[in-house]
Amino acid sequence: MTKISMTVNGKAVSGEVEGRTLLSAFLREELGLRGTHIGCDTSQCGACAVHLDGQLVKSCTVLAMDAAGGAVTSIEGMQNADGSLSVIQAAFQEHHGLQCGFCTPGMVMATAALLKVNPKPTEAEVRHHLEGNICRCTGYHNIVKAVLAASGQDVSAIAAE
Amino acid sequence: MHNFDFVKPATVADAARALSADGAQALSGGQTLLPTMKARLAQPSVIVSLTGISEIKGVCAVDGGVSVGAATPHAVVAAEVGKYYPALAKLAGGIGDPAVRSRGTLGGSLANNDPAACYPSAVLASAAVVHTNKRKIAADDYFQGMFSTALEEGEIITSVTFAIPEKAAYVKFDQPASRFALTGVFVAKHKGGVRVAVTGASNNGVFRWTEAEAALSASFAASAVESLTVSAEDMISDLHGSAAYRANLVKVLTKRAVTAAH
Ligand SMILES: Cc1cc2nc3c(=O)[nH]c(=O)nc-3n(C[C@H](O)[C@H](O)[C@H](O)COP(=O)(O)OP(=O)(O)OC[C@H]3O[C@@H](n4cnc5c(N)ncnc54)[C@H](O)[C@@H]3O)c2cc1C
Ligand code: FES
Ligand code: FES
Repeated sequence: MTKISMTVNGKAVSGEVEGRTLLSAFLREELGLRGTHIGCDTSQCGACAVHLDGQLVKSCTVLAMDAAGGAVTSIEGMQNADGSLSVIQAAFQEHHGLQCGFCTPGMVMATAALLKVNPKPTEAEVRHHLEGNICRCTGYHNIVKAVLAASGQDVSAIAAE
Repeated sequence: MHNFDFVKPATVADAARALSADGAQALSGGQTLLPTMKARLAQPSVIVSLTGISEIKGVCAVDGGVSVGAATPHAVVAAEVGKYYPALAKLAGGIGDPAVRSRGTLGGSLANNDPAACYPSAVLASAAVVHTNKRKIAADDYFQGMFSTALEEGEIITSVTFAIPEKAAYVKFDQPASRFALTGVFVAKHKGGVRVAVTGASNNGVFRWTEAEAALSASFAASAVESLTVSAEDMISDLHGSAAYRANLVKVLTKRAVTAAH
């Protein structure tokens, strides 16, 4: 076992890992941050998405040791400072962008990554950006609506679909 | 996944030394190797991460072209190569999904040489040069069939230099589940002639469609390949598409790429 350190949701953390320990396992098992979900563990579904040094990554496909020294933001770091839901989270709630909620942490992290570089995406851009996030419940329309609403755009036209 | 030792050198020289150990393997973005290791199709005893080596990251202009470091993620190529070589930037921006593009790298894609990967077609159509820690390899010599390349044991790709064509485009027909290319065609019109590279179609991996190259060198228009046919022999046949379907796609996508080229 090797001791590694990194910054997670703004806090300095450290823990013991093996070479094969995935970032997802480090977050969930070592740090107890179980908001990051493991849907497939094969790099397909995006439920495990977090930000590593500002970039959206699948935490099941990054070695914890490779992320050592970096800065991670997980779903636990997405709420407002006072503990209320962030704009993105509130939009998912308001527009029914989730049902079982399993994919939601990854969807929220993917949305945050998109809006950081593209604050007013088109519907097509939202769909293209969410290609790596699979949802078995919603059929995606309400997720797309939530993302557009979180970007401050009018979503009444999309509701008609 | 079996356990392994992990090292993260800061220079190519140190990485090369680490890779000379028995059972050592390079890890770049890990978007191919980690899933492979989870499936126990690879069991290295030492993983040598290349992500801490700044000398093989980044994009820069070179005489007549653009050089891309092997450990440059697809997202960086998509964002930074556009001003030199728009077709290459567009290809990088269409690989997989955003999270794959954050981590996956040019060097990893070329070392793996998946028959459905996007980059091999760009490298072959651009007549790019693959630089390693030992030598330079011309694209025409580099690709040696599905998952097979000219790389030797422990050899590290450091960068790739792309000659910038007058016009180029990559058109990919997505395999919607994997997001790889069901078939993809890269057309590049160089001063000396046209090169057409096809990925996702052949059992022998990426290849040049030389008949189309000759026709398009004479007349760079979609109609120039109309009378050509592509043989379905040796084409990949799987549940996503038969060999005949892929052979037809090669021609359809070539026409689309010629029309899109700018
Ligand atoms: C969901 C998903 C969708 C994808 N879609 C596409 C797609 O549409 N098109 C596409 O082209 N690809 C696609 N990929 C593959 C992706 O682009 C990979 O990132 C890429 O093929 C491998 O790059 P990597 O940096 O992740 O390499 P790694 O996985 O780290 O390594 C792959 C292999 O290359 C070797 N290697 C790595 N770097 C070097 C180097 N510098 N020198 C020598 N050997 C090296 C490693 O030892 C290993 O054998 C997809 C992957 C996923 C998970
Ligand atoms: S759990 Fe990581 S992509 Fe599905
Ligand atoms: S809400 Fe159930 S998987 Fe998306």
